[in-house]
Amino acid sequence: MTEKNTPLWEVFIRARNGLSHKHVGSLHAVDAEMAMQAARDVYTRRGEGQSVWVVRSSDIVASDPTEKETMFEPTGSKIYRHPTFYDIPEDVGHM
Amino acid sequence: MPNAELKTDTLFKYLLRLADDQLILGQRLGEWCGHAPTLEEDLALANISLDLLGQARALFTYAGEVEGKGRGEDDLAFLRPEREYFNALLVEQPNGDFAATIVRQFFHAAFMVPFWRAMTASGDETLAAIAAKSLKEVEYHLRHSSEWMIRLGDGTEESHRRTEEALEELWGYAGELFEMDEVAREVLDQGVGVDAAALEAEWDGTVNAVLERATLTWPADSWSQTGGRTGCHSEHLGHILSELQYMQRAYPGLSW
Repeated sequence: MTEKNTPLWEVFIRARNGLSHKHVGSLHAVDAEMAMQAARDVYTRRGEGQSVWVVRSSDIVASDPTEKETMFEPTGSKIYRHPTFYDIPEDVGHM
Repeated sequence: MPNAELKTDTLFKYLLRLADDQLILGQRLGEWCGHAPTLEEDLALANISLDLLGQARALFTYAGEVEGKGRGEDDLAFLRPEREYFNALLVEQPNGDFAATIVRQFFHAAFMVPFWRAMTASGDETLAAIAAKSLKEVEYHLRHSSEWMIRLGDGTEESHRRTEEALEELWGYAGELFEMDEVAREVLDQGVGVDAAALEAEWDGTVNAVLERATLTWPADSWSQTGGRTGCHSEHLGHILSELQYMQRAYPGLSW
């Protein structure tokens, strides 16, 4: 079986209710059904999950590493976006 | 608890047959570990192997209790001679290529799903509990092997040809799964066992539906080989046992 016949899939698993799906890794499979089975077999052997998503890696749109400066640097100077300028009353407790 | 009317050695033999099926098939699948065509399948086959091994352990432990001679799971799994193993011939057949492994698994899983489902209604509480747990596992084995049957059959010319060859090779061993001899009948009559013969129609239906989707042809009924239930095996079992039993024979009483 060549990799051309078995494209790459990204696997996301939700560990518990209330949490979000987290990327756990990737695998090769011929189609969605087989990718789901392989995800179950490869990534949930120790009770890791309640729910599995598989997505064709080629369907993921990723940011371009060469555009890092344009994409992410302007945010660096805007410290007022962090909610660190408020005094939180002690009664509120842990936020 | 075993029904008081049911003879201990009859139930013991019935349990051994069931345990041996899972043990030997689990051992066969374990041979793929590190050798499967892809990493994904390597893990999938090992997972199935471990499911079957877990089922075998529960059944051996119970068989040892029923026998009442102080034999535990290891004694039963590792220290019997070949003629005292009672697995069906199907499960001891060689792994062959990936198609042969999948066809063998598919035949077995298509049988075990209705078998364990029926066993959940057993009058024997231990067997009913083992059945409930095992059913969830074999349902996945059936799904896994069915999906592969479809993709191998309806895949390339080569995968289609290999799968048809495997069907031809293994077809004759399927009939043994439905055999009801005196042992099986007595256990059934006591409300403990499953009527395997009655599962054949569902098995046929499952297999037919998958073969059709897989564009595979149903081999002509030409031959049928049985004997495993009375300890008469193909030449393969002895070789499996030499590997399976090596550690316990070389280091008696060894444990993890």
